[in-house]
Amino acid sequence: MTDERRVPEDDRLAENVGQRFDRLPATPADRTVSGRASREEVIEWWVEQYGVDPAIFEGYSFWEKGAGKVWIYAEKEPSQALPSPIEIEALGMTFMRTRQRHWKPTTVAVQRFGQHAEKNVLVLEGAAAAAFARGEDIPYESWDGDWGYLVVAHELAGGLEPIGVGLYLYDELRSTVPKGRQESLADL
Amino acid sequence: MNPLERYAPLVDDPEAFRAACQRPLPSVVRVNTIKATADRVAAAFDAEGVGYEPIGWHDGLFALAERGPGTTWPYFHGWVHGQEEVSALPAVVLDPDPDDRVWDACAAPGSKTTQLSAQMGDQGLVVGNDSNLGRLSALRHNAERLGVTNLAVTNQDARNFSLKPFDFEAFDAALVDVPCSCEGTCRKNPTALEEWTIDHVRSVTGVQKSILSRAIQATKPGGTVVYSTCTFAPEENEAVVDHALQTEDCQVVSFDLPIDTAPGVTEWDGATFDSAVTDTHRIYPHLNDTGGFYCAKLEVTA
Ligand SMILES: C[S@@+](CC[C@H](N)C(=O)[O-])C[C@H]1O[C@@H](n2cnc3c(N)ncnc32)[C@H](O)[C@@H]1O
Repeated sequence: MTDERRVPEDDRLAENVGQRFDRLPATPADRTVSGRASREEVIEWWVEQYGVDPAIFEGYSFWEKGAGKVWIYAEKEPSQALPSPIEIEALGMTFMRTRQRHWKPTTVAVQRFGQHAEKNVLVLEGAAAAAFARGEDIPYESWDGDWGYLVVAHELAGGLEPIGVGLYLYDELRSTVPKGRQESLADL
Repeated sequence: MNPLERYAPLVDDPEAFRAACQRPLPSVVRVNTIKATADRVAAAFDAEGVGYEPIGWHDGLFALAERGPGTTWPYFHGWVHGQEEVSALPAVVLDPDPDDRVWDACAAPGSKTTQLSAQMGDQGLVVGNDSNLGRLSALRHNAERLGVTNLAVTNQDARNFSLKPFDFEAFDAALVDVPCSCEGTCRKNPTALEEWTIDHVRSVTGVQKSILSRAIQATKPGGTVVYSTCTFAPEENEAVVDHALQTEDCQVVSFDLPIDTAPGVTEWDGATFDSAVTDTHRIYPHLNDTGGFYCAKLEVTA
């Protein structure tokens, strides 16, 4: 796996408070909370893992609520500016999981931003795409990209559309589509 | 008692009204413009063999021929959201600007919230609030599938909603889609008629009035507040708007809808309402072959 990215815990920094949203620091040097990913590292991860243009994240801010759960919020205009910390139920959408050895994008983040991926995109066809959306693991030997969390996509209505996140390991593509989003869909 | 008989006298053609209320409604989806265009959704439905029919007054609504939307690829990808045709009206009437801050006071499960987000191009700020935490999780699930990122979700009683988490004083606009008696949904959900009681009508009007008042107070002067229900009860519609006109700084704004409607009523059950309520809209199921609905547009004056 190429994507190891653990932010070390640091006793000199504050502890994460799980029940509220805190804006991510801009860079590792701005870190004030132990183990918290910075905006720079989050964007770098997407650039390295999926080859996205970092410009796609201009106009978005990143927040942590819960241990390691990073959220993305559209915050470009002054009308959108929010104070940090902020105690509300949800902000934008869940974007990725940090504070673990292998960071993992959420299904919904890949469905929303995955079409910008230039690498580590695995395209499924017909029955395999439908099986993946049902949450099934798929034997897959011919993958020559990275191991780890891939953007799994299929062709639909004139373009590639991301289905979700697949974990590629040992000739197998595991579907990480969460139970609540799995669906039995037609083979196209 | 069948509540429809209570409202039949208000209707131009009671027979047609009763007959329409008996017919089931087709499943309708709204195209989520954050992720797709109507053309791309149509192409995907074609590829999948899903029958659909565009709904004339709105270029992003399709009636599905057979099944519910849940088991289609466009739904899975968040390109569409299942939403009754009339339920798409309030956000169209609110017509937010992309840099507005909009409060959706009773937001769950988020059909109108996510429609507002899409109309704003996923810019500006939509605050989706609901007092019911379980229903809020359905809202979050929907908003994430639809790829909405301009949404802040709060769990407060809208009657005394506090802006304290935020660092601004007032919203530019508010949508007040209150809990109600719901007979208007009887074509989808016939139990709405069986569960109807006059006691519920009387008790829910207090909540409706308080939420509408709070929304007017929390909106800037000049801002728009849209009030909507899916009931025919004047107690929950015109009487609530009349109460707001008497107690808050606001006026009724007349507006046109792209479908046939009846004007709000000024008299009911011995009560009379401000004549301005004739500029609010009643949508009866037989008029356009839809669900039942009520919609009022207010402007905050001070
Ligand atoms: C008609 S539904 C809203 C439907 C939603 N606007 C949509 O389009 O998906 C009314 C909602 O009001 C909520 N509610 C009831 N009383 C409330 C209160 N006092 N404050 C906030 N929300 C309340 C209910 O939990 C319910 O979700």
